[in-house]
Amino acid sequence: MKIKNLMALTMTACMGVSLLAGCSTTTGGGTAAGSDTASEAPAASGGKVIKIGVFEPMTGENGGGGMQEAYGARYANQVHPTVTIDGEEYRIELVEVDNKSDKTEAVNAAQKLVSENVSVVIGSYGSGVSIAAGQIFEDARIPAIGASCTNPQVTQGNDYYFRVCFLDPFQGTIMANYAMDNGAQTAAVITQLGDDYSSGLGSFFKSAFAELGGTIVSEEQFQTNQTDFKAILSNIKAQNPDIIFAPSSITTAPLIIKQARELGITATIAAGDTWENSTVIENAGDSAEGVVLSTFFDEAEPANNEASSFITGFKAYLKDNGQEEIIPAVSALGYDAYLCAVKAIEDAGSTDGTAICEALKNVSLDGVTGSISFDDNGDANKDMAFIKTIENGQFKFLTTTTIK
Amino acid sequence: MKKISSYKNKILTLLALLIFIGIIHFLEINKSQYSYQISILERSAIYAVVAVSMNLLTGFTGLFSLGQAGFMAIGAYVTAILTIPVDKRASVYYVNGISPAIADSNCPFWLALIIAGLAAAATAALIGIPVLRLKSDYLAIATLGFSEIIRAVIAAPQLDTITNGSYGLKSIPGFPNLYVTFGLCALCIFLMILLIHSSYGRAFKALREDETAAQAMGLNLFRYKELSFVISSFFTGVGGGLLAMFMRSIDSKTFSISLTYDILLIVVLGGIGSVTGSVLGSFLVTAGREWLRFFDNPLSIGGVEIPLFRSGFRMVIFSILLMAVVLFYRRGIMGSNEFTWDGLGRLIVSIPRRLADSIRRVTGKKRKEHRHNDNE
Amino acid sequence: MSLTTFLQHCLTGISLGGAYALIAIGYTLVYGILRLINFAHGDIFMMAGYFMIFAMSSFPWFIAVPVVLLATVLLGIVIEKVAYRPLRTAPRMSAMISAIGVSYLLQNLATYLFTALPKGYPEIPFLKKIFRIGGLSASLVTFLTPVLTLIIVYVLMVLINKTKIGMAMRAVSRDYDTAALMGIKINHVITFTFAVGSLLAAVGSLLYFTDRMTVFPFSGSLPGLKCFVAAVFGGIGSIPGAVIGGFILGLGETALVAMGYSTFSDAFTFVLLIIILLIKPTGLFGEKITDKV
Repeated sequence: MKIKNLMALTMTACMGVSLLAGCSTTTGGGTAAGSDTASEAPAASGGKVIKIGVFEPMTGENGGGGMQEAYGARYANQVHPTVTIDGEEYRIELVEVDNKSDKTEAVNAAQKLVSENVSVVIGSYGSGVSIAAGQIFEDARIPAIGASCTNPQVTQGNDYYFRVCFLDPFQGTIMANYAMDNGAQTAAVITQLGDDYSSGLGSFFKSAFAELGGTIVSEEQFQTNQTDFKAILSNIKAQNPDIIFAPSSITTAPLIIKQARELGITATIAAGDTWENSTVIENAGDSAEGVVLSTFFDEAEPANNEASSFITGFKAYLKDNGQEEIIPAVSALGYDAYLCAVKAIEDAGSTDGTAICEALKNVSLDGVTGSISFDDNGDANKDMAFIKTIENGQFKFLTTTTIK
Repeated sequence: MKKISSYKNKILTLLALLIFIGIIHFLEINKSQYSYQISILERSAIYAVVAVSMNLLTGFTGLFSLGQAGFMAIGAYVTAILTIPVDKRASVYYVNGISPAIADSNCPFWLALIIAGLAAAATAALIGIPVLRLKSDYLAIATLGFSEIIRAVIAAPQLDTITNGSYGLKSIPGFPNLYVTFGLCALCIFLMILLIHSSYGRAFKALREDETAAQAMGLNLFRYKELSFVISSFFTGVGGGLLAMFMRSIDSKTFSISLTYDILLIVVLGGIGSVTGSVLGSFLVTAGREWLRFFDNPLSIGGVEIPLFRSGFRMVIFSILLMAVVLFYRRGIMGSNEFTWDGLGRLIVSIPRRLADSIRRVTGKKRKEHRHNDNE
Repeated sequence: MSLTTFLQHCLTGISLGGAYALIAIGYTLVYGILRLINFAHGDIFMMAGYFMIFAMSSFPWFIAVPVVLLATVLLGIVIEKVAYRPLRTAPRMSAMISAIGVSYLLQNLATYLFTALPKGYPEIPFLKKIFRIGGLSASLVTFLTPVLTLIIVYVLMVLINKTKIGMAMRAVSRDYDTAALMGIKINHVITFTFAVGSLLAAVGSLLYFTDRMTVFPFSGSLPGLKCFVAAVFGGIGSIPGAVIGGFILGLGETALVAMGYSTFSDAFTFVLLIIILLIKPTGLFGEKITDKV
């Protein structure tokens, strides 16, 4: 009985504390304990504040990538902490929320941003959660700039969603081009069932490759959380394709790579932008040599001056934060998204979402991933992709490609 | 203690209802300001519907079923397919196009919800035939299995033109206003309460207590089990449809087993066999999840960082909470009692006394009087 | 399908089946005695994987392996003591909910402690040597798994049938109350059962993860469920049944994927369950239990 009562008291106390903390969070200010704001916001030192939301997964399947994108945005906030609206200087405050790589949570997290009264949102890593939150941002008339979500559904039919990266149809064609250019006549495609990014990109590659005259000899799917790909890979091995295209998350990447090599498959393994993550190399080890992927950015080939200063500055920032000094492409995109947001706010001359949205349509600037401007759909007019390969345990830049 | 007469009961209920409507009205007007809170409340209400329907099956009829997520999936997909505006369909089904059979089918959301519920109920009727014969452990696993099978079927590429397979459905129109949301949820729960208080409800309870005795008394076991299963699944399907309208976009990953576990947590916390408990539990769990978000961020008290608080800590706390409830407070918050104004009155009056008692017991002082303990 | 591919598939299936069999035995042992589906068994299996990662980073493999086995056994015993023992007199539903709760807790704990990103499983060098026979290509561990499984099962059968504790286990699973009245220390027997089950799960995890090469917090939940189905299929309470069930499941799953129906590979497991529950509820090797009114 004693334990029961002690527990009852403790739980009531905990709930009381959380109630207080929770209340203070939702009223917007946030104490150090209850706030979701990650950047160090000094107590209002006078001056106006404009809020930019950072909508990323910090945990869950895509937590790694989300954190990297957030770093990009945070660094950008460090480099460009203020914006001038109508002659007045506003301090930019980042409000970060975690959508946990889950659509259901994404809806909650998006609503949180809406009630925090952010003017623009940057995010998310992961097309699924972006699609889920898109409707909410549209209803609340807050423009959102996706950094690395490549699925076309994110911006389609949504006036308020923009993105600074290329799309999956583009990416699929790029990889198909690369495959063709390197002598591949037959290909196998492996996609994740139930995942819109993987299935979407896979099907774009398929159609592009077929159009170029190649043959898809094998199409396999796997379930989420599946760890055994031997059966699928055995089937593929029997068909002997020249290249295997396997767009999937970084959870499954090392598994596919390692198991393929173990079965004796020597064909090149290729994938999309999600594979550009050091965990793939770490977990796949030697088997990862020769893997090819498409991505948005490469630190060895700065596109312009802004990129060069970004590269040096961000590397120092990464070092300060205890991260590896390799710049993930999604961080560069996060940085670019922030730049676009700032430019749009300046052009609009207001903190109102609708005005900023209108301004975004006409933004044109040189970001660190190249020049950025938006088309009618809100997609970036990007015509260049970087192809990288894994060599000696590192990502090595191979070539840039454009669509023929 | 004087009992409040039933006349006064009715007045109090009416009053509570008016206050409730007043709050919704207030929120409706200030929609954008409170959108975060509103979304939490909406989600709680929807989960409450599903929790009560699960309670109907598990708590009142004693059939431990873990198939909620599957039926919610059916309800959600049917609602989505029937309510996505026709002109947007081409862009949603962007890979393989939409099957001509459903390309033009469109109907108002309330009709879509009813059809969704019926679809889920029909599936349940089919599944029930083989599955309801099984004992409780096997029933749980079998229903869990069906939930996964349903999910696999929905995501199957073969059905791409109907369910859009792995690509998910989006552009689902939302609720026109708040009254609709809460009104629908309240209606569903109300209907279920009516059912429980009817003769069918009594039959279900008899089933729960002792199957053999009930059968000896002339109850057709299978018929009533099937009835309970079908009705519960109807409301679960409707709940799924409501969830689809709330989330505006769905895919098969949304309806994984963890969704069933979430509802189970709510039912267990609220008390198996209590409708009020499920509703309360739903609000507590959904709101608590959000409030406890601060566990996920680094916490520093007075400049000292406490190393425990990292992302993911919140869910650990939640799991510990579930374990604590299961181990120590097995009957949940409400046990199998329902809400009465009487009970509320007694509870409020007794709070100071209970608090004093607990403190006294914890600090080990001797009890002053031999009090009849109704805490078990 | 060429012969080589077919044989390759068979190899994959048998290897998978072996791992499933080891885990299924854990389920069948616990259910036989406690009539409880230990939902947490799959997650104990997953935690064993994580233990190995940490053990291997500090010790060479021949010390790490026993450490991991010991740690997993301890985990199993602790779970039994904390989560199942208090609920032994409670209705079945509470115990099952408790099992689900423990499973949930382990998954979230793993996510919190080790993040959701998969962690590379350390290699025991000789186990990953790749052998090529004809067109077949597989690592040693793939070949080793079914062999080891059969050896372990044999040892276990000897234990159950020829030792005192084995007899006690059989008695308790046959009739709980009478066994208690006859002076058998029920708590010891149950603890021992959990220990054996967890040990098998640990061995299974060693073999399984060495083949799969990464661990993430949810790698135990679905295999766990599937293995329970395998145990039911073979007859709950019967060890040979669990083993056969495991192999059938592994082979069947591989066959489905090989034929191109990978969508339904998970569903296949549950269809199998439904079928066996309808046709022969006691499983292939189970015994009929009469329900006393």
